[in-house]
Amino acid sequence: MKLSDKAEEILEALWIAVEEKKLAALDPQNFSIPLDDPAYAELTGRAMVEIRQGLVYFRPEGKIEGRTTIRRHRLAERLMMDVLNIRGEAGDYKACEFEHLLHEGVDTKVCTMLNHPTTCPHGKPIPPGDCCEQARAEGDLGVVPLTEFKSGQEGEIAYIQTEDSKKMQKLMAMGVLPGNRIVLQQAFPSYIFRVGYSEFAIDSNLAKEIFVRK
Amino acid sequence: MSSSSNNSSSEPAGRAGVRRVALVGNPNVGKSVLFNALTGAYVTVSNYPGTSVEVSRGNSTIEGESWQVIDTPGMYSIHTITEEERVAREILLHETPDVVVHVLDARNLERMLAMTVQLIEAELPVILVVNIMDEAERMGLKIDLELLQKRLGIPVIGAATARNRGVDAIRAAIAGYKRQGDARRRFPYSRLLEQDINEIAGMMTGEYILSRRSLAMLLLQQDEEIIEIVRHREGEGYPVLEELAREISFKRRGSFHLNLSLERNEIAKDLLNGVFVAPDKRVVTWAERLSNWSVKPLTGVPMLLIVLYFGLYKFVGQFGAGTVVDLLEKRFFVDMVNPWVIGLVKKIVPWEIVQELIVGEYGIITLGIRYAVGIILPIVATFFIFFSFLEDTGYFPRLALLVDRVFKYFGLTGRAVIPMVLGFGCDTMATMVTRTLETVRERVIATVLLALAIPCSAQLGVIIALLSKAPGALAVWSVCLLLIFIAVGLLAARILPGEAPMFYMELPPMRLPQFSNVLTKTYTRMQWYFLEILPLFVLASVLLWLGKVTGFFEKAIDAMTPVMASLGLPREAAVAFIFGFFRRDYGAAGLYDLQTKGLMDARQLTVAAVTLTLFIPCVAQFLVMKNERGWRVAGGIGLFVSLLAFGSGYLLNQLLLVTGLLA
Repeated sequence: MKLSDKAEEILEALWIAVEEKKLAALDPQNFSIPLDDPAYAELTGRAMVEIRQGLVYFRPEGKIEGRTTIRRHRLAERLMMDVLNIRGEAGDYKACEFEHLLHEGVDTKVCTMLNHPTTCPHGKPIPPGDCCEQARAEGDLGVVPLTEFKSGQEGEIAYIQTEDSKKMQKLMAMGVLPGNRIVLQQAFPSYIFRVGYSEFAIDSNLAKEIFVRK
Repeated sequence: MSSSSNNSSSEPAGRAGVRRVALVGNPNVGKSVLFNALTGAYVTVSNYPGTSVEVSRGNSTIEGESWQVIDTPGMYSIHTITEEERVAREILLHETPDVVVHVLDARNLERMLAMTVQLIEAELPVILVVNIMDEAERMGLKIDLELLQKRLGIPVIGAATARNRGVDAIRAAIAGYKRQGDARRRFPYSRLLEQDINEIAGMMTGEYILSRRSLAMLLLQQDEEIIEIVRHREGEGYPVLEELAREISFKRRGSFHLNLSLERNEIAKDLLNGVFVAPDKRVVTWAERLSNWSVKPLTGVPMLLIVLYFGLYKFVGQFGAGTVVDLLEKRFFVDMVNPWVIGLVKKIVPWEIVQELIVGEYGIITLGIRYAVGIILPIVATFFIFFSFLEDTGYFPRLALLVDRVFKYFGLTGRAVIPMVLGFGCDTMATMVTRTLETVRERVIATVLLALAIPCSAQLGVIIALLSKAPGALAVWSVCLLLIFIAVGLLAARILPGEAPMFYMELPPMRLPQFSNVLTKTYTRMQWYFLEILPLFVLASVLLWLGKVTGFFEKAIDAMTPVMASLGLPREAAVAFIFGFFRRDYGAAGLYDLQTKGLMDARQLTVAAVTLTLFIPCVAQFLVMKNERGWRVAGGIGLFVSLLAFGSGYLLNQLLLVTGLLA
């Protein structure tokens, strides 16, 4: 059964205290959810944490759960920032709500879409999931700007991200359309790529707006 | 379809008898070659995308009927973005050609077919020419043109116009073109898009040249020119239409252009299914290998140096400005023509003043024609041969991408490499070519740099000859110009408002140029150049003569004496600067005369050469600047350049005096 939102918050706070601040336990007195909250009972009931002398300690199952919970939280933050472009406090708040939805494979999808990020927008590490390990093992770059390709690498155009519609049309006129194959021939001093039987040269400003996958 | 045009006054006269055919298509697919083949006229053909900026018209007799052939600048889509594309679409919008020939590159059939689809959709009378078949075959591509013709429902012809292949078939197709009324193909889009298009098209009541279906799509793309035309034509019904179009555009905002392109790409893919067969393995030709070397800095820069050394230094400098000038100017003019003409004129014309006009110090023949034919012509001719050859190999776009990063510092993109290199041949022509640059900002910066720091070949030839006699002078001169070029470029990029430009360019395949094409191109450029400068040279001779006769010349020299003195130059140097007003090279040649008379030392020569090189552009360049940029900008540039020239001359003189360099 799914944990309540509050229980997830507690696990996150505990995980940060133990894994990042290197403390032994979480002190609920320094935390927004007081010890008498039923969420603590929920966690002890499922053998995820134990409470001794008013302090919260991990049990092994709880540590694993805490890790995935924090991962979901930070992925949600990335999603807010990078894709939805919601920043600052509003972003943090929305991320807190959003993270609880990232269950049952949704987190894997989001993680892949964001190209397996390693840190949250605040620079804290995102614990890698299975999908990240797998991507690394396969050397899969995921969706990256053309600037990340090596010379000679071939891929498929995923999408074009630009606010300037003229730029977009120019790229489309060159055959840069999602789904077309693209080969990066050279990356310096200018980017040279081939689509079909034509070669084009572009500068890095245009190249970083073409997103490709291998 | 209606034949009424939006702007009836733009309808050229003689509509009744002459039928018209317009050539349209992507840049660099061989439209101009086809134009030349059809008309027997000559417009410049090059292996550089976007060379035809202007619309060329020529006449042709096709199977006994006379036709006007219209060559248009390259366009990627019927929805236009750049100035050239707009010019091309004007023809389709306002001139109702009887046949529209869409020329495309066989190797890129899929990408370019999207425009054929648009033209058919617009219900224009289209013939498709699949060009450059020879290179496609060499790459192992197989194209079933008959099947394509059946699917498109319009005539489709395979050709290699550069090899004169398929031109007869194109002629026959133009002459025999019949509109296939109802057999016309429709290309269905997705259900939702169709719904929107039909809704908009259904509300139009006016008569148009393009189909309503096509106009509806352009309206949804918020094409301003089309909006104007529809507003004009629909009159009272327009506001409702506008409201609806705006609503749909808003609903589809994020991705309308993209979706439309994707759908057209899909249509093209379907059309080509079974038509276009590519080989499993890409064939790498020697030209591709050469191309790879030319774009990598490690091999590309040495290659550039080799090109410059053999092309500019050896061929233009030593052969053109040395050997040929020597032959023409000294052996032909000074030793043979001048004595004979002087003798003849003195015998026939009794008045000394008229003798002076024709064969005197500044005489039309002894000075004007001698400079133009003896010195300038050989230099410019060899330069244009070099330039045209390089242009046809397809080297310039590669050079452009090689220098793009550096040019960005000057607020330009690699695209500006063409006007800059051409400037070393003729700054006037180069200023005209700046219109191929994308933004006004780039054009202004390029114009300033051309006016200031790029010496044209004629001037370059004379100055190199002049300074090479004093060791070190040439080095000082080159360093000065380079520094000023960089300084002004950096400054202009900071001062002039506007966004940083973006660089994108299609790389045409490298080819071995056809000798005849290089020669014809050189010939047309020479013709243009000569017709432009010869009258100016003669005019200059006349004005100088007038100045001398009336005494105005003396007064001007007196007036300029303080300026000359501040530069540390003898008062006679003023003559060179007055010459320089007419043409820069003319001024340099004036310095040459002073040096021969032994009036200047190395320091003075260098200062004068630097000042004169920077000095205001020749009359012709100034006029072109005015045409391209308008009076205000041209005047501003002229003033800036003159002040900077004398300022730099002054500083250089002081520097040379203090350091004792060149003493």
